Amino acid sequence: MSATVRVRAGAAARPAAADRPDATVRSRRTGVRRLAGRVLAGLVAVAVSLVWVFPVYWMLLSALTPNARLRAMPPTFWPSAATWSNLRDVITGTSFATALRMSLAVTGLTVLVVLGFAFLAALAISRFRFRGRTAFVLTVLIVQMLPAEGLFIAQYKMLSATGLLNSVIGISVLYTAAIVPFTIWMLRGFVEGVPADLEEAAMIDGLSRTQAFWRITLPLLAPGLVASGVYAFLQAWNEFTVALVALPAESAQTLPLWLRGFLAASANKGVDWGQVMAASTLLAVPVIIFFLVVQSRMTSGLVSGAVKG
Amino acid sequence: MTTTTSAPRTRRGRRARLPYVLLIPAVAVLAVGMGYPVYWQITTSLHTYGLAQQFGQPAPFVGLANYTRILGDERLWAVVVRSVLFCLVNAFLTVGIGVGVALLMRAVNRIVRVVLQVSMLLAWAMPMVAAVTVWKWLFDWRTGVVNWLLVQLGATSYDQHNWFAQPLSFFFVASVIIVWMSVPFVALSVFAALTQVPDEVVEAARIDGAGPVATFRWITVPMIRPVLAIVLLLQIIWDLRVFAQIRLLQDSGAPVSETNLLGNFIFELGIGRQDFASAAAVSILVLALTVLVSWPYVRSLLKEDRS
Repeated sequence: MSATVRVRAGAAARPAAADRPDATVRSRRTGVRRLAGRVLAGLVAVAVSLVWVFPVYWMLLSALTPNARLRAMPPTFWPSAATWSNLRDVITGTSFATALRMSLAVTGLTVLVVLGFAFLAALAISRFRFRGRTAFVLTVLIVQMLPAEGLFIAQYKMLSATGLLNSVIGISVLYTAAIVPFTIWMLRGFVEGVPADLEEAAMIDGLSRTQAFWRITLPLLAPGLVASGVYAFLQAWNEFTVALVALPAESAQTLPLWLRGFLAASANKGVDWGQVMAASTLLAVPVIIFFLVVQSRMTSGLVSGAVKG
Repeated sequence: MTTTTSAPRTRRGRRARLPYVLLIPAVAVLAVGMGYPVYWQITTSLHTYGLAQQFGQPAPFVGLANYTRILGDERLWAVVVRSVLFCLVNAFLTVGIGVGVALLMRAVNRIVRVVLQVSMLLAWAMPMVAAVTVWKWLFDWRTGVVNWLLVQLGATSYDQHNWFAQPLSFFFVASVIIVWMSVPFVALSVFAALTQVPDEVVEAARIDGAGPVATFRWITVPMIRPVLAIVLLLQIIWDLRVFAQIRLLQDSGAPVSETNLLGNFIFELGIGRQDFASAAAVSILVLALTVLVSWPYVRSLLKEDRS
């Protein structure tokens, strides 16, 4: 089954049975019925696509629509009076810059540390057989399943006891611990994909172990490191639950907390949905871009583990 | 190691220690970020932790008293029943709809399939907080699109309808959001599995007289069963830990005590009421439940590692 999930979701499927020559020997009635079925399937598929894409479209459209028009009924479903004022107002508001800085600091630190730590651990478990290896792998696999909700009370107490509530360091440690297990697992697959023989061949050709690593192994691992880095980015950037307990001060909010606060503040004077959607868009756009870059690897990473073997 | 050890043996010794050295940073951060909190919760759940302890008094050991108290609490059981029901309904809905979408992707032509896949990806890519915020607006009582659409369709009672006031309709909205967010992962994973079912087998079944339903039931489902099982298990695990979506939706004025799930209950006990002993006890129960439910998944991953 290992091939199952290696195939990208977007890969072209084989030609459907109806397109094949042997279909012509069937009666015309089956042909007509099958055609009707295909047309129906196409219509349903378009309807499903609309339902799934509509909230994203509605967010972007509302972000670009003046609030007065958004309040008017019936709603307009296409761009009619585009404006940048919602986005401009949100960006120039003081709270956005603070939250963005906080998010960038926390995410940046987390991604770097996660990548470094996970890479070393992935090297250890894929290149070495040692006593305690299975115990470590088992720990990693169990820890990655633990929900934040089962730990955040203790994490809150831990940070408040050490004076690290509302600090970049405190929450980054928690994020790193939460993200490192799956990243180790992901990178392990990539490291195993680079045969150790390759490194040894380079060493026979006169490179030292370090040189062989830097010149041969690392370049081959670059795609894996990029995918893992984007995974860590998405996790840290979107995280809400741990941030809610670890960053109670308004001045320390990351973007997801800020968005929640933005909506609450707006609700006090009748929600300005145009601005709220502009705020959502600012949170979502970097994620959507990164996600589209990396998604095929994430699907296979999550499922492949379970299916292989 | 003595100074008389020959050079080759030293090198072998260093080589044997290398994997442990490589693991130090990961183990250290896991011990601080995960290990210590688990340890703290276990010890706290076995002691009294009241106001006096907040101010540094020693906490008397009470054994399992916190557990028996919390397990005798009706509120906990209401939350547990609610959480399990919510989790199962959403997990099965998500997998059912996801399989349906995957079959649609197989049935339609290339252009429609790409449209469907891109919509799925866009929905999947939405950050959770942004997604909940957008859905809140879609379900807004005054100018939301959903109420407007329902009124257009003739359900005039939905004019200015508040979806968040009643627990049942609150959980309906929560389910819509969670299913919408989770279906893309299921659909794309199952679609990838479906492309691996050989056409010859399906064709052979058809020649033998099997209709589309029988072919799906007896050929396709058995062949994609491993993926279906893992996807369903992951959905159950993920839907058991729904916290943030509920928390964000409660901001819209929902009755909190009637809409709390397990995570929200812990949050209320710990952060809200400062009852850390009870919160720690419930947390430990949730962690134990998670390990129990995830065990088949963890075991299959471990098997892969051994091969």
